[in-house]
Amino acid sequence: MRRSPKDQEAAHRKLSRRALLLGGLQLGFVGALAARMRYLQIDQADQFRLLAEENRINIRLLAPERGEIFDRNGRTLAHNSPSYRIIIVPEDAGDVEQVIAKLSELIDLPPEDIERARTEIRRGRPFLPITLADQLNWEDISKVAVNAPALPGITPEVGLTRIYPQLDDFAHVVGYVGPVSDYDLSKLDAPDPILRIPRFQIGKVGFEAKREDILRGTAGAKRIEVNAGGRVMRELDRKEGQAGADMQLTVDAALQNYAQARLGSESAAVVVMDCENGDLRAIASAPSFDPNQFVRGISVADYRMLTDDPYRPLANKTVQGTYPPGSTFKMVVSLAALEEDLVGPEDTVYCPGHMEVSGRKFHCWKRGGHGHVDLNTALKQSCDVYYYDLAIKVGIDKISAMAKRLGLGTRHDLPMSAVASGLAPNREWKSRVKGQDWLVGDTVNASIGQGFMLASPLQLAVMTARLATGRALSPRLIKSIDGVEQPSGAGDSLGLNENHLRMVRRGMYSVSNDRRGTGYRSRIIADGMRMAGKSGTSQVRNITAAERAAGVISNKDLPWERRDHALYVCFAPYDDPKFAVSVIVEHGGGGSTAAAPIARDVMLQALYDGTPPLEAYPKGDRQRIKAQQERLERERIKRAENPDSDRA
Amino acid sequence: MSYLEYNAKSTPTGLRKILYLNWPLTLLLASVAGVGFLMLYSVAGGSFSPWAEPQFKRFLLGMGVMLVVALIPIWFWRNISILAYLTSVVLLLAVEFFGTVGMGAQRWIDLGFMRLQPSELMKITSVMLLAAYYDWLPPERSSRPTWVLIPVLMILVPTVLVLRHPDLGTSILLMAAGGGEMFLAGVHWAYFAAVIAAGLGLVAAVFKSRGNSWQLLENYQYRRIDTFLDPSQDPLGAGYHITQSKIALGSGGWSGRGYMQGTQSRLNFLPEKHTDFIFTTLAEEFGFIGGLTLLTLYVLIIVFCVATALAAKDRFSSLVSLGVAITFFLFFAVNMSMVMGLAPVVGVPLPLVSYGGSAMLVLLAAFGLVQSANIHRPR
Repeated sequence: MRRSPKDQEAAHRKLSRRALLLGGLQLGFVGALAARMRYLQIDQADQFRLLAEENRINIRLLAPERGEIFDRNGRTLAHNSPSYRIIIVPEDAGDVEQVIAKLSELIDLPPEDIERARTEIRRGRPFLPITLADQLNWEDISKVAVNAPALPGITPEVGLTRIYPQLDDFAHVVGYVGPVSDYDLSKLDAPDPILRIPRFQIGKVGFEAKREDILRGTAGAKRIEVNAGGRVMRELDRKEGQAGADMQLTVDAALQNYAQARLGSESAAVVVMDCENGDLRAIASAPSFDPNQFVRGISVADYRMLTDDPYRPLANKTVQGTYPPGSTFKMVVSLAALEEDLVGPEDTVYCPGHMEVSGRKFHCWKRGGHGHVDLNTALKQSCDVYYYDLAIKVGIDKISAMAKRLGLGTRHDLPMSAVASGLAPNREWKSRVKGQDWLVGDTVNASIGQGFMLASPLQLAVMTARLATGRALSPRLIKSIDGVEQPSGAGDSLGLNENHLRMVRRGMYSVSNDRRGTGYRSRIIADGMRMAGKSGTSQVRNITAAERAAGVISNKDLPWERRDHALYVCFAPYDDPKFAVSVIVEHGGGGSTAAAPIARDVMLQALYDGTPPLEAYPKGDRQRIKAQQERLERERIKRAENPDSDRA
Repeated sequence: MSYLEYNAKSTPTGLRKILYLNWPLTLLLASVAGVGFLMLYSVAGGSFSPWAEPQFKRFLLGMGVMLVVALIPIWFWRNISILAYLTSVVLLLAVEFFGTVGMGAQRWIDLGFMRLQPSELMKITSVMLLAAYYDWLPPERSSRPTWVLIPVLMILVPTVLVLRHPDLGTSILLMAAGGGEMFLAGVHWAYFAAVIAAGLGLVAAVFKSRGNSWQLLENYQYRRIDTFLDPSQDPLGAGYHITQSKIALGSGGWSGRGYMQGTQSRLNFLPEKHTDFIFTTLAEEFGFIGGLTLLTLYVLIIVFCVATALAAKDRFSSLVSLGVAITFFLFFAVNMSMVMGLAPVVGVPLPLVSYGGSAMLVLLAAFGLVQSANIHRPR
């Protein structure tokens, strides 16, 4: 098509105009792009640089080594040992199911572990390692290592796990650790991030739980560079954590071991306290359990066995268990009366075998009565009527105050689980808690450690140590933290009249050493080792008048759980008290027959710091004691064969 | 002036034509492509494979194509415009039926030695056809409705086809470049005002239609729009691209983190780091200075195209050169807006830098047209 030059000229001008207009618009847009670039790269550079670093750098916590626990002589009670686990990286494994199947042929893989791992594999990213099996022994891990070429994606790894070489001896004292649970986290307001480390172990029970703060240590951290997928590219730097503090307990592992063995299969507890500084030399509760199985992860069946056992192996009877102290409480009533000048050593009470108080008949344990008894005889033969009379004169409030002074009815703060405070009731307590007036019958019951009175074996040991020394000894469990000696529990004088104390001690001496004393059969005859003690037999049921009329049924004819608790408290040597011991045998029957021999044997073991010579025992007992010592030794060796043990 | 008259004037012939190549433009194109190789080498973690080396080969091929196109007289290209356009449309239809599915969209035909994206070809052939149309159409008729409707159809046919792939980025480019051509050709501004008004109405309709039976866009396209409007809404999901892209850009600062030191790209935080998001790596590693340098190179390329257009004596040469300039501008403007969070992620590569064969070849061929216009200008 032909066009006139004029038209062409006009069209060209229009095109140029519009081209320049469009060019200008483009330039404007480029300017906007540059401005935006400036805004992002200059004005906000710092912020984006920070975000880029956050993208790239991950912080991974490093678990600190947990503080170790030793006994007073440096024997290990809890330590950390390499534990082997098997890690699978799904990406490297290829066919995960096939690898797991192959692995199952080599080692025992619990089905629940496999199931858990499968779930984690499904959820996680394919290059993140997943724990297939934990807490493996060296033999299993070697098998896996040898067969590594046939097991793609499988790596054996080493970590630290807690080992309790003393097995069940310290289960109740030291407790145990376990992996952090959701429940543990829910209890904390601001959980330490360290707790989120997979399979991090924290104290669950006992000392491990109570001193978690010191034992745990502080986490280290490493900074790692990760890519967008979360794969670790390299480690940038690393700061090691601070290991937890090492702890030394006052307990003597050898004595504890003996005590535990001596209690045997009874449901019983024994506490040995140092009369000089309050150190707990042994604090054993039977039956016990192996804490290592909790660390490894206890099976449901094993756990049910522990919870269903009527002897309650999981309970720490030394501090959690509270029992009517029975006649072991009579020293408290004696001392309260002496301090109030309501009785002298020569004053006597006539015991016809019972006493009538406000229309109710209270019986002495001896049906025929003790006749005229003074303080010493009353303690020695444990006359109940004497104390009914004395307690009514003193009144419950004075008795309760004295009990508290001697360490009963107050909580001793020990780093153990569920330390009970027991109960030393008074008028105020009954009206507050029960909403009832205190009756004189209550006082009568309390006078022989029955009724509302409750004390733990620990409290009874404290009471005995305070009677033996006249000082306000308090129990001590931690000897040193990281080598720093902890304050002693020696305590100051209780401010009691020394003569009164001597009278009570004299009575206790008679219990053990007088031919007619209730603890005579379990005496010590070695010179300078003589023991002073007091038996107790506390009822767990009321004896009705009808039963009494029909003749009180002997303990051995009753079902176990209705039999009396057997108690014995003692200190030795009489002249220069070194140790106080308390023993309770749940439903063991009479204190003098069931508890006293245990107390004596443990006391001798403590006094001689090892197996005592047979000469320390009364002649007639030596044959039997020798057999018992040999039996305990055999058991000790047998238990030492456990792989976790270091007692061999 | 028709092509018959060209011969009357002195235009270079034979190999002398090479001397009349627009050398500064050629150099600029090579520089931008060089930036591309540099970045592809970097995002591959300091390796020529898998991207830098093939890209270099394609660039050489593309330069060859450009030279061939440049040496062929511009009137030849004008005369085959309709053929080229129709071929592109047929190819677009072909990918509907034989195309390979990739990235959720049917976009290419596998030719064996390379994958051809007809939509890329379409960008330049539609510009050629429009230029030829307005070269043929007397300027005084260009604003009459009938003569306006014809180019509109020329634009809409490929646009609709590309949109069906679906490839929103290319559709936008086709429409915008076509509209630009019409504007330059002198179509009355009132038409554009009307289209812009209608466009705004369409945008409203697009948003309104969401979730209804007559939904106008694919769900993933809506999600991209959502993400664009508020990337923080879903930083690990759909907003991830934009968020990470901005972090990479911003962390570059003034002078960047250093070549091959960009953590965002090296550690794979950046998506599609070798294609659509390659600019973020450049900005991360060379900073504001690097980004601005590339932007300047782009602007200079456009300036040379516009200069060629203004110097040209015939309408086809002018309109084709300007059309190439607009297309090129739209490429980088949309891509940069996208990675800087100024526009939704629509999938437009950074011209001559992003990894991709079709786009590189087609763009260089298009610049071949500009070169041809320059060479065959009567002097």
